[in-house]
Formats: sequence, structure tokens, C-alpha cells
Amino acid sequence: MIKQEICQVIDQREIATNIYELTVKGELVHEMTEPGQFVHVKVNNSLSPLLRRPISIANIDQSRQTFTMIYRAEGKGTSLLAKLKQGDLLDVLGPLGHGFPVDEVESCETALLVGGGIGVPPLYELSQRLTANGVNVIHVLGFQTKNAVFYEEEFKQLGATYITTADGSYAYSGLVTDVIKNENITFDVLYTCGPTPMLRALEKENRHKKVFLSLEERMGCGIGACFACVCHTGDDPTGVSYKKVCSDGPVFRAGEVVI
Amino acid sequence: MNALNISLPGLSLKNPIMPASGCFGFGREYSHLYDLSQLGAIMIKATTKEARFGNPTPRVAETSAGMLNAIGLQNPGLTKVVEEELPWLSQFDVPIIANVAGSMEEDYIAVAKEISQAPNVHALELNISCPNVKTGGIAFGTVPEIAQSLTKKVKEVSAVPVYVKLSPNVTNIVEMAKAVENGGADGLTMINTLVGMRIDIRTGKPVIANQTGGLSGPAIKPVAIRMIHEVSQQVSIPIIGMGGVETAEDVIEYFYAGASAVAVGTMNFVDPFICPKIIAELPELIHSLGFDHISECTGRSWKTVEKLTHHRA
Repeated sequence: MIKQEICQVIDQREIATNIYELTVKGELVHEMTEPGQFVHVKVNNSLSPLLRRPISIANIDQSRQTFTMIYRAEGKGTSLLAKLKQGDLLDVLGPLGHGFPVDEVESCETALLVGGGIGVPPLYELSQRLTANGVNVIHVLGFQTKNAVFYEEEFKQLGATYITTADGSYAYSGLVTDVIKNENITFDVLYTCGPTPMLRALEKENRHKKVFLSLEERMGCGIGACFACVCHTGDDPTGVSYKKVCSDGPVFRAGEVVI
Repeated sequence: MNALNISLPGLSLKNPIMPASGCFGFGREYSHLYDLSQLGAIMIKATTKEARFGNPTPRVAETSAGMLNAIGLQNPGLTKVVEEELPWLSQFDVPIIANVAGSMEEDYIAVAKEISQAPNVHALELNISCPNVKTGGIAFGTVPEIAQSLTKKVKEVSAVPVYVKLSPNVTNIVEMAKAVENGGADGLTMINTLVGMRIDIRTGKPVIANQTGGLSGPAIKPVAIRMIHEVSQQVSIPIIGMGGVETAEDVIEYFYAGASAVAVGTMNFVDPFICPKIIAELPELIHSLGFDHISECTGRSWKTVEKLTHHRA
């Protein structure tokens, strides 16, 4: 059930260069049932910026009634969001969309979680759910550079974690797909979130595997009404059938939509 | 006493607030958030004869106090709207205003004829002003003779009153309004979006894939108010006003300009509960301004003082 609520900021800190971890408290946390969903936040009470900002949910704590968002402050909206401090209020609409299907992997099977940059955060809640189900998790996380790396320790506590940087300034150097290949990583199910070229490469290289991709697209309403974030479906790639990233996704089975 | 109920051609509304076409889909998404029966009416997403995918993404770009969109009339097509969306909407006690679009005259006529037969469609909104379709569309909304002729032909086949949605992208809005009134329009809805563009400073290219998009949101409200103020004094058919409505005060401003009902568009995206919130706030605001009923507000900006005092408590 989608709720709109004025939530209270519990904590906000910069955990890597321009990467912020924001934890807020609200009753809508009770509605957060799937990993990989997102919220749509209004960063201030003014008409500038006008629209809400979609931010993925990185961690859900039902006992404290809090959830955590991790985002990069780069545009007008997220830069304003980064200024929020403990005790401030934030207008949150959510949870939105359909997240990662955790039941697609059995206990004792292996799930590979591949994240790129600001696509890494939703994998953290997912990894916690999977490990709680007895699934063996492996993380391959790609970042631009050393200063952009975050949550390495948090992921390591849940399973094997490979970090790679595009410029080679930390840990492995190069693409996440290279790490998977070079380390001979095998798995039963792949869950991924990150830049579109990365998702395309993973989809192409794992045609016969169970793969779930979380997409990112410019959004208007976030609830499926405005048709800003549509994509073609895999079975009708140039026709009129479509899926909406915000409400049908953001997570899709590989091949379900054209990316 | 109900201070909000109004009657317009084909429409008996419990209140004059309705979501604008293109900002509410066919209501399904918002139905999970509140009871759609609270709304005065629903202007459903533009329907064309055949299904349309619309334009490539990015389709939206934010602007100061507004947004650009170039969705491109994505919709499931006439048959699906008539067989699935409208029957689904009939569970709610709310009249539907069906937005009719096309790229050729025959398309408009075919859609109008069939969709107007649906039991819950109480009026049509003839979309002659979508700026985001390559063919037809905008010409119907910028050339008075063409607009008049199309209105007349749609009127001939429609089973319900026809409101014509005017484009602000014209030199003389009054001329357009009079043309469609002469064509037999039962009412006007105004305004559609203003054609705009945003350019990405890193790539140097337009942000929206379609290059141009329609500007909506609070930024365009003064344009709409001015146009309704001009048009309402020159035509004798009612106007449903729209453009950047975000508060109950905005609704009153539209009525003062000359509107008889108001549609809420872009702000549904910002606050999905905006329509019921405005509906709840209106009665008190109307009374605080000294009116018994919202209809007394229509045209206050240009009507004579004598006429106005007549309505005051």
C-alpha cells in the first residue's frame, strides 16, 4: 500500500564523496515488504524543484520503524536533500514499484548481486533478505573511483564481496563483468542494479540464467500515471506494448523489457 | 448547503474539481490512494483510434515551477479504452470526460462517435492542441477554420456535449475560441501546454528526446488566467480552466478569471492527493470570501460590481 507521510530524519551522513546515507522514521516503513522498492521524496516545500525525486531503499528496520536511502548528491534536488539534518522533516511517498523477487532462489543456492555506483544501495536490503533465507550471496560492486566506494564492510558481513573501480584506484580494476569472468564466479540467480550499459552486458552474457534487473529512468509521478518512464517489452520490441519502470518495475526479469 | 455542486452541459458535478487529461491515466493508479468518487469528474488520458506507444524517452524534464513533457499520446487505443478502462471506471460515482485525439479528421470522428456512447462518458474533450504529435494535432488547434470544421463534424457524431481543449500556442486565443463556439462546441477547456525546450549543458542537446515538450505546472498559470479572462468575456459557453493549479486559492483565481470548473494537472504528480485536498478546502475558502456558492465566483474579475454584490451574503 502506497502512503504519503511526513517522515522525520533520524540521521544523515556523507559516506563517500557526494554519497549520502539518509535514515528516516515513519509509519510507512510497515508497508515496505520487498527489497528493491523505492520512495519518491519531495526535497523541500517549494516549487523549485517541483517534482519528487525517486530514491531506492537501501535498508529497512521494522523494529525501529526506519528506512535508509543512499543517494548521490549531484543535481538540484539531491543537493537540497543532502542538507537535511537530524530532526528535519521529509515528505515521502512510498513504497513504490515492485522489487527483487527473493523467492526465485532457494536456500543453499547461490545468488550473485551485481551493483554499479548508485545502483548498489538496493542490493544491501536484498542481500540481507537472501542471507536470512539461507541463500549464499556473492557481491560484485563497481564504483568509479576509490572515493566513491561505500558499504564494503556492510556487504562483506553478508557474503563474499568483490569491489572494482573503473579507474583502478581501489581493489580490482575495470568492469564488474570482467571480475565475474576472471574470478570464475558461478551462481544460480543474478540480481543487478546499475547503469544501463552494465545491465545490458549482464543480460547478454547470462542469456540462459535467471537474471533480475533493476532499471532507472527519469520519472514524473512515480506511481504509473504519467507515462514518463515507459519501455518497450521484450516480446514486442517496436510495437505498442509497454511496461512502466515506476509501477511495473523497477525490477524486471531479463528479457521482459527492452533496455 | 452544498457550496460546490455545478451544472455544465452534459455534466452534473458534485464539485468543480477534476484531474486533467494526461495527468491521471485512466484513474487506476490513483484509485489505490483514494476513492475516485470524491472527484467532480475525471478527464481520462487522450484516446486515439489505434494504440500508440508514444515518443522515445526521456519524455519529461523539470523546469522552474513546471515541467516539460512529450509523452506523445501513449494510450491503449479506442477498443481497449471502451471495453476495459471505461467499464472499470464505472464502479465509481464520477462522470468521465473523454479526451479524444487523432492525427486525421476521420480519427477524431471515429473515436468521438464510439467513445461518446459509453454510459459513464458524459462529455468529450476534443484534443486539438497536443503539441507532441508530429502530424495533425497542433494544426487542428492553431487554424481557426480547421478547428471550427472539426468541432462541427465531431458534434454531429457525438452522443454527449463536446468541450474543445484550446492550445495557448496561438496569437489570438479569442479567435480560436469563437471559431470552435461557432462550430457548435458546448464548452471550452483551456489551456493545454505551452511548447518549450530545455537543453542539457553537458551534451548541448535538448533534454527531451522529442526535442520540444509541453510546459505545464504553476509556471503557466498566469498565461492560462489571462487567456480565460479574455475568452470568457467573448464567448457564451462555459470554460473548464486548467494550468498549474496547486491550491484552493488557485481554483478561485480561475473562477474569477471566468472559469466554471477547474482541472488539476501536473500537481497530481507532486502530491497525488491534491484533488481531494483542494475539494476539502474549498467550502471554507468560498465562505471566507463572502460567497455562498462557488458559481458566484465565475467572472468576478470582469463582471460589473452590481452583478457581484447581488451574489454576496
